[in-house]
Amino acid sequence: MQRIEQAFEGTSEHELRIIRGSSGKHYAQIRNGAPFDIFLSADQLRPRRLVEEGVAKESGLATYAQGQLALWSRQNDLQLGREYLLNTDNYRVIAMANPRLAPYGQAAREVFSNLGLESLLSERLVMGENIAQAFQFAFSGNADLGLVAYSQALSPNLRGQGSVWLVPSELHQPIKQDMLILSDSTAALEFASFMQDDVVREILLSSGYLLPEIAP
Amino acid sequence: MLSQPDIAALLITLKLAATTTLILLLLGTPLAWWLATTRSKARSAIEAVIALPLVLPPTVLGFYLLLAFSPDGPIGATTAALGLPSMAFSFWGLVLGSAIYSLPFVVQPLQNSFAGLGRMPLEIAATLGAGPIDRFISVVLPLSKMGYLTAAVLGFAHTLGEFGVVLMIGGNIPGETQVLSIAIYDHVEALEYSQAHWLAAGLLLCSFLVLLIIYSANRRFHLMKTT
Repeated sequence: MQRIEQAFEGTSEHELRIIRGSSGKHYAQIRNGAPFDIFLSADQLRPRRLVEEGVAKESGLATYAQGQLALWSRQNDLQLGREYLLNTDNYRVIAMANPRLAPYGQAAREVFSNLGLESLLSERLVMGENIAQAFQFAFSGNADLGLVAYSQALSPNLRGQGSVWLVPSELHQPIKQDMLILSDSTAALEFASFMQDDVVREILLSSGYLLPEIAP
Repeated sequence: MLSQPDIAALLITLKLAATTTLILLLLGTPLAWWLATTRSKARSAIEAVIALPLVLPPTVLGFYLLLAFSPDGPIGATTAALGLPSMAFSFWGLVLGSAIYSLPFVVQPLQNSFAGLGRMPLEIAATLGAGPIDRFISVVLPLSKMGYLTAAVLGFAHTLGEFGVVLMIGGNIPGETQVLSIAIYDHVEALEYSQAHWLAAGLLLCSFLVLLIIYSANRRFHLMKTT
């Protein structure tokens, strides 16, 4: 998001103010009149609910990215993969995002059930309120593994620390992320079209996301 | 109305608040006594440390506890060396976090209460031949009843409302670390507003009742003193 902000402010006369928070919280705030111009959600459910509730127009809805799931450990040089995950002696605690709240958590649960691990792991799963917290649990070492966003595992802040496995996309439903235009301001429209620009696509791809239309 | 996980969250919250309060009363008594009677220069520094949780955001405490619980953190390394399970994501981890978080709410009323006694009753008891433990049990405790009530209620109530620390170190495990405030937060995040209302209104009512009890007890106590 920072890279998108820099790119946008380099080409536009408008300035971007990013308000971070979980999609559920922003949904509640927008529904109650929060003065945001654009809502970049981590899922499709919440922007679509806002359209259904008449808070915003359907024409302002677009899928901007598709997230990918990764298995991450802060230990270097682990051979993470399907085998590693299936051998439950390899680890004790796994962190994931809460599936009720976060699309990445939902996807993580699908991975566990597709691998037949759901009942085995129920005692050892810890849940973050969102994917950022799930990553923090794994990053601090309190959880041995984390099913996190691939974009987090690629974060430059890590400087390549840790081991990562990109979870094959057939193990879970696609994590499509929608944005929703909330105001008629020119700045909102300009940013919405900028999100479809090649510059942004490049940033999304290199940050661990797939593009909505070329995604499988 | 209340679902199974909500009831579990309620029970965990009550268990956490009761355990924390009990531990804090036991540990807080000698600490508050020392603070109320000492002339040591370290007193101000210790008082400042105890009051820190009043000032710091709970997330600061939660963040440092999470780091301390990690395998190379001081607490995590100790529990591992002793062959104990990790404190992170466990009920006892929450107890430790809550005890630190609610410490000033228990120690300060006790300290005020002890300091208010003055030296006189104890000196009289000593001249009558009472030993230190006897003096404490038969003189200090009865005279500090109100201080203990305030300390227990505030410690309990403050732990009930705890959110930031649990959020950071709990891991949201139903029946183990998922407390009421987290369950409410989850309902709101999941757009389940009616369940959130049930729990939130329940907690509001509970907190009000707890505070009402302490304020009316306080008032009765003052009336008793003046008559």
